[in-house]
Amino acid sequence: MKLRSAIYLASATLALAALTLASALPSGAADKVDPVADAKAFQKFFTDKFPKVKFEDFVNGPYSMNEDLYRQWQEKEQFPPYEFALDMGKEMFAKPFKNGKTYADCFANGGIGVRQNYPYFDEKEGKVITLELALNRCREANGEQPYSYVRDEMAALTAYMAFTSRGKLMDIKIPNDPRALEAYEKGKEYFYTRRGQLNFSCATCHVQSPGERIRAEILAPAIGIVNAMPIYRSEWSGMGTTSRRFTTCNSQIRAVPLSPQDDEYRNVEYYLSYVSNGLPISGPGARP
Amino acid sequence: MRNMMPKSALVLALLAASVTSTLAAGSEEEFKAAYAAADAANKEAGKLRNQWTTTANTLAAAKKAADAGEFDKATASAKEAEALAKASIFQATSEKTRWKDMEIR
Repeated sequence: MKLRSAIYLASATLALAALTLASALPSGAADKVDPVADAKAFQKFFTDKFPKVKFEDFVNGPYSMNEDLYRQWQEKEQFPPYEFALDMGKEMFAKPFKNGKTYADCFANGGIGVRQNYPYFDEKEGKVITLELALNRCREANGEQPYSYVRDEMAALTAYMAFTSRGKLMDIKIPNDPRALEAYEKGKEYFYTRRGQLNFSCATCHVQSPGERIRAEILAPAIGIVNAMPIYRSEWSGMGTTSRRFTTCNSQIRAVPLSPQDDEYRNVEYYLSYVSNGLPISGPGARP
Repeated sequence: MRNMMPKSALVLALLAASVTSTLAAGSEEEFKAAYAAADAANKEAGKLRNQWTTTANTLAAAKKAADAGEFDKATASAKEAEALAKASIFQATSEKTRWKDMEIR
C-alpha cells in the first residue's frame, strides 16, 4: 500500500514537474532577448506597412508618409531652418575650452562623422552613453559647466555632429554583456509601455499610427526617427534635442517627464537606434 | 398620524446625517486627510516612475482651494487627485506585462 502511494506520489510529482517545465519553456523562449530578430521584425513591419516608401526615406519622418509634405520639405531644405543652429554648433565645436582642449579631443575621429555610433553601451560603466551625455561629460572633464539637455546649445552641438555624419548608416552595437542586453530590453519595454493619463506608449503613435494625423500633425514612423535628431520644429520655433523630444512626448500624453538622460531615456534611445541600424543619419532634421 | 411620526423621524435623521456629512466634507481635517492620501498615492506612482501631470495639477488645485478656505472644493480635488494617482499606479502595474502585447515580433 505504502509502495503504491509512493508510486502515485512520484508520478504526480513528475507530471507536475513536466507541466511546469512545459509551461516555462515556451514563455522562456518567447522572452529571450534577441535584438537581431527584433530589428528584422521591426524593419519588416514598416516596409510591409508602407511598401511605397523607400527604406532610406523612413528617416524623413512625416515627410516620407505624405507626398505634399514631402514636396514642401524639399523646398524648405533649400533654406533649412536649422542652418543657424548648424553654424552655431560648428563654431562651438571648434572653440577651445578654457584649458585649450576642444570637443574633438573627447571623441573618436575628432568627433567628425561619428553620430551613427551613438548611443553605445559602456562596458566599464555598465550603462548606455548617448551623444548628448558624452558631450556634457566632455565639457565637465575639461572644467566646463554642462549644458541643459533641452536647450539650444546642446541642439547646436549635436546638429553639427549629425551633419558631419549625414549619409552614414546607423551602426549601434550591443556587446556580449548581459547588462547591455538588459539595457536594450528595458529600452524596448519603455517604448511599448503605456503611460500618462492618455494611456499612450511611444508605439501608440509611432508604430500603430504613423502617417495618421494627430490634430494638425502627421505622425512619424518609429523607424529612423532618431536618425534625424536633433530637429528644428516649427511648433517649437526652434531646435530640439532628443532629450527635448522624449520629455515633451511624455508631457503631451500627460505623463510627468523624467529627467533628461535618466536611464529610461538612455535605454529607449539605445533600443530605437539599434532597430534603425542600416538607415542613414539625416540630422539635423526639420519637422512641422 | 402614528404612522407619520416614524417617517418624519427618518427623514429628519437622514437630513441630519446629510448635513453632518456635508459639514464634515467641508472641514479642514477632512481635506488634510484626503490630501495626505492623494499625496501618498502620487508618491507611490513616482516610485513606479509613472506620475501623471493631471494628478500634480489636481493636487495643486486642491492646495490652492484649501489656502483660500474653500475646503469643500479642496477635499473634492484631493479625492480626484487620489483617484488619478491610483489609476496611474494601476497602469504602471498592469503594463509590467501588458507592454509585450504591443511588441512587433
